[in-house]
Amino acid sequence: MKTSIQWRLGLILLSVVVALALFLPSTPAGDRLPEWWKGNVSKIALGLDLRGGSHLVMQVETDKAVEASLDNIAADLQTTAASQKLEGVTFARSGQTIVAKFPEAMEDQVADFVKKTYAVLEYKSRAKGEMTYAPKAQWANGIKEDSVRQAKERTERRINKFGVAEPNVYKQGVDQLVIQLPGIKNPQEAISFIKTAGRLEFKLVDTESDLGKALAGKVPEGREILYGEGVGESGKINRQPYLLYSQTLLTGDRLKEAKVGIDEYGKPSVSITFDADGAKIFERITGENVGRQLAIVLDGVVHSAPRIKDRISGGSAQITGNFTHDEAARLAIVLRESLPAPMKIVQNVTIGPSLGQDSINKGVHAALVGGLVVVVFMVVYYGLSGLIADYAIVLNLVLLLGAMAVLNATLTLPGIAGIILTIGMGVDSNVLMFERIREEIRAGKPPRPAVDSGYDKAFLTILDSHVTTLITAAMLFMFGTGPIKGFAVSLSLGIIINLYSALVGTKVIFDIINTKWKLEKLSI
Amino acid sequence: MLQILHKTNIDFMGWKNVSFAVSAVMIALGLFALVQVGRGKANLGIDFVGGTTVQLSFKDRLPIDEARAVLDKAGFQGSTLQEFTEGNKILIRLREHEGVADKVVALFRQAFPGRPFEVDSTTEIGPTIGSDLQWDALRAIIFSIIAIIIYIAFRFEFKFGVAAAVATVHDVCAVLAVFYLMNKEINLLIVTALLTLAGYSLTDTVVVFDRIRENLKRAKREPLPQLVNASINEVLSRTIITSLTVVLVLVPLVMFGGEVLHDFSLALLFGVIVGTYSSIFVASPLLVAWHVRTGGQLIRKK
Repeated sequence: MKTSIQWRLGLILLSVVVALALFLPSTPAGDRLPEWWKGNVSKIALGLDLRGGSHLVMQVETDKAVEASLDNIAADLQTTAASQKLEGVTFARSGQTIVAKFPEAMEDQVADFVKKTYAVLEYKSRAKGEMTYAPKAQWANGIKEDSVRQAKERTERRINKFGVAEPNVYKQGVDQLVIQLPGIKNPQEAISFIKTAGRLEFKLVDTESDLGKALAGKVPEGREILYGEGVGESGKINRQPYLLYSQTLLTGDRLKEAKVGIDEYGKPSVSITFDADGAKIFERITGENVGRQLAIVLDGVVHSAPRIKDRISGGSAQITGNFTHDEAARLAIVLRESLPAPMKIVQNVTIGPSLGQDSINKGVHAALVGGLVVVVFMVVYYGLSGLIADYAIVLNLVLLLGAMAVLNATLTLPGIAGIILTIGMGVDSNVLMFERIREEIRAGKPPRPAVDSGYDKAFLTILDSHVTTLITAAMLFMFGTGPIKGFAVSLSLGIIINLYSALVGTKVIFDIINTKWKLEKLSI
Repeated sequence: MLQILHKTNIDFMGWKNVSFAVSAVMIALGLFALVQVGRGKANLGIDFVGGTTVQLSFKDRLPIDEARAVLDKAGFQGSTLQEFTEGNKILIRLREHEGVADKVVALFRQAFPGRPFEVDSTTEIGPTIGSDLQWDALRAIIFSIIAIIIYIAFRFEFKFGVAAAVATVHDVCAVLAVFYLMNKEINLLIVTALLTLAGYSLTDTVVVFDRIRENLKRAKREPLPQLVNASINEVLSRTIITSLTVVLVLVPLVMFGGEVLHDFSLALLFGVIVGTYSSIFVASPLLVAWHVRTGGQLIRKK
C-alpha cells in the first residue's frame, strides 16, 4: 500500500475513533460506559423542544429604573435645597424629567444650585417660574444597563433558589433577558416565582391622616393606599391597609446585603446594608423621620413597616420586630431578591415532556426510514460503488455527532431535520463523482484513471454547491434563535463534514481497491 | 449499469417561452404572497404577529366543535382550532398573549372533567418580539441572496450570479406562493425552510452552470443555445438524482416527522423539486436570453 493511502486511512480511522469517543456518552448506551470516559466528555445537549421545558423572554422595563433614580435625585435636591435656605423651591419628577418650581426672582439661583448639585442633569426647557431638567443620555443608559444586569443576576439567583436543573439566563438585545428552564414540570410556578421578584421601595407611612377616610375614597394628595399581605394563624390571608406617602425615598438598587440576624434581646431580626449613596440617603431619611414608620414595599405590597428608632448612619440597619425566624428569613429574601426594574414576559414557550420524547421518536423513525431508502437506492443504482457512498453516509453521521458533542451543540427538533437533510445532501457529492466517473468510463478510460479524473473534475462543482448552502446556513445561524440556530448548526456542520468524507473518505476506498486489485471493470 | 436516463437530447431551450411564462406567474404569485404577508393578510404564525398557542393531547378524541363551543362561550375571540387525529391533539390559537395559555388550560380542565389530557406545549409571544423576528427573517433572506450573487459572480461571472439569484428568488417565491394558496401557516420554521432551500436549490444550478462553463471553454464556436442545451442534457441524470436522494429523505420526514416538522419538510420538498426545475428552465435559459439580447461576451475568462 502506498504511504499516502496509509496516511489518509489513518486520518479517517482517527477521526472516527475520536468522534465515537465524543458522542457515545450522549447516546442512551452512554450510561453503561466507564466513568473515566463519560465523565470527561461533554454531552450533546437536548434543546427545550426535545426535553421539554420553558423558554422565556423577559422585557426589562428600564424606563422605570430611570424614573426611580430620578425620584431619588428629586428627593435629594429637595432636602439639599432646604438645607441651603432656598425657600419656596420644589423639585418633582415628571415622566423622565425633573421639574423645578420656584418664585420667579430665584431663577438664576436655582439654575446654579442644580448645576452644582447634580451634574447629570441637563437644562431642557423653561416656563414662568419653572424649569425642566432631563438626565444626560449617557447617565440614563448607564442606569438602564445596570438595571438589566441586576435583573439578570437576581433572576439567576432566584431560579437557582427555585431549584431548576441547568437553567440558562442570558441577555438578548438591549433590554431583554432570555430564561431557559429545561425539563421543568411546573413552569407556571417557576414563572410566578421569577415574576414576584420585583421592585423594592422604601416609603414613609402617614400615621397622621385618617386611614378610615382614605379607605372610604378620600386619599389625601401625595399619598396612596397599599396593602400588606400576611398569613394569619388560622391560615387566613390578612390584608392590612397602609396609608403611605407616594414618594419613593429609596429603592432596592441601593441595597447591598440583607440577612437574618439576632437583635440585642436575642430575637430574630433582619440586618440590611446599603451602598455608599444609599447609606447617605438612608441616614437623611432616618434622621428626618425618627419615630415614624418606614414601609418596605415589594411590587406594591407592603412587607414590613418598621419604626425608625434613631438616625442611622454608616449604611447598616437592623429591622427588629415580632418576627419568627421564618418571617425574618422571608423578609430578608424579599429585600435581597428584589429587582430594581420590573420585567414583563414577552415570550413564553413551554413544551411538555411527553411531546419532546414523542418528537425524538418521530424524528429517529423518519431518519431511519429515509436513511434506509437512500442506502438501498445507492446500491441499486450504483452497484458496489453505491456501498462506498453508503459508507460515506455512515461516516458523515458519526463525524457529525462527534462534532456536535465537541462543540457542545444543542440538538433541537429542526436540528434533527437538519441531520436527516444532510443524509440526503451528503450523497450528492458521491452522486456527482460517480456520474463523472461513469462519463470517463464511457469515454473509454480504464477504472483507475477514470476514478482519478472523475474526482478531479467533480471537485469544483462539489465545492461550489456546498459553499452556497453553507452561506444560507450561516445567515440562519446569525439571525436565527433557539431551535432555528440548532438547525443551522447541524446543517453547517453536516455540509462541512460531507465535503471531508466525500473528498477524503470515499476516495481512499477507491484507491485501496485500485491498488489491491487491478480492476478491469468498475461496478458503478 | 442502472441508469434512469440514457443519453438524452431534449430541447430545453425550445421550451423557453413556456417556462418563462410559468416562472413569471410563480414569481408574481410569490411576490403577491409576500405583500400579503407584509400586510398581515396571510396565515401568519404567532411568532410573527404575537399571540398564544396551546396544544392539548387528549386521551380520547375530543370533537373539535365541542372545544370551539367552550372557547366561544368563555369569550375567547378570534380563536382558531386545528385537529391532529394522530394522538388526539388539538391546537388552539389565540390573538391575546398574556397569561392566556393558563386560562385556556384551566378552562378545558373545568369544562371536560371526564376527558383527561396532557398539555403538549404552550406558547405566548408578545407583538414586539413578533415584529423583531419578522425583520430578522427578512434580513436573513436579503443578505443570503446578496451573498449568493457575490459568490457565484466570483466563482463564475456576474451574469451567472444574477441568473442563479433569479432562480433562487423564483424557488423561494414559488414555495411561498404554494403555501399562501394552501393557506398554510407561515411561521419562523417555514422561513427557515425557505432559506435552506434557497441555498440547496443552488446545488443543481451550480452543477449545470459548471458544465456550461466547461463546454464554453472547449467549444468556442458552438452557438450558445445549443451549447447550453447540450450541457443540460449531459448533466441531466445527476441533476435529477441529487434531488431524488434529498426527496427520498424528505418524504419520510413529511410522513412520520410529526406535526412540528410536517410543514417544514413539506416546504423543503416543494423547494427541492422547484429548484431542480428552475436550474434547467430558469437559470440556464436566462443565460441564453441575456446573452442574445445584449450581444455581449458570456465568458471572458480563459
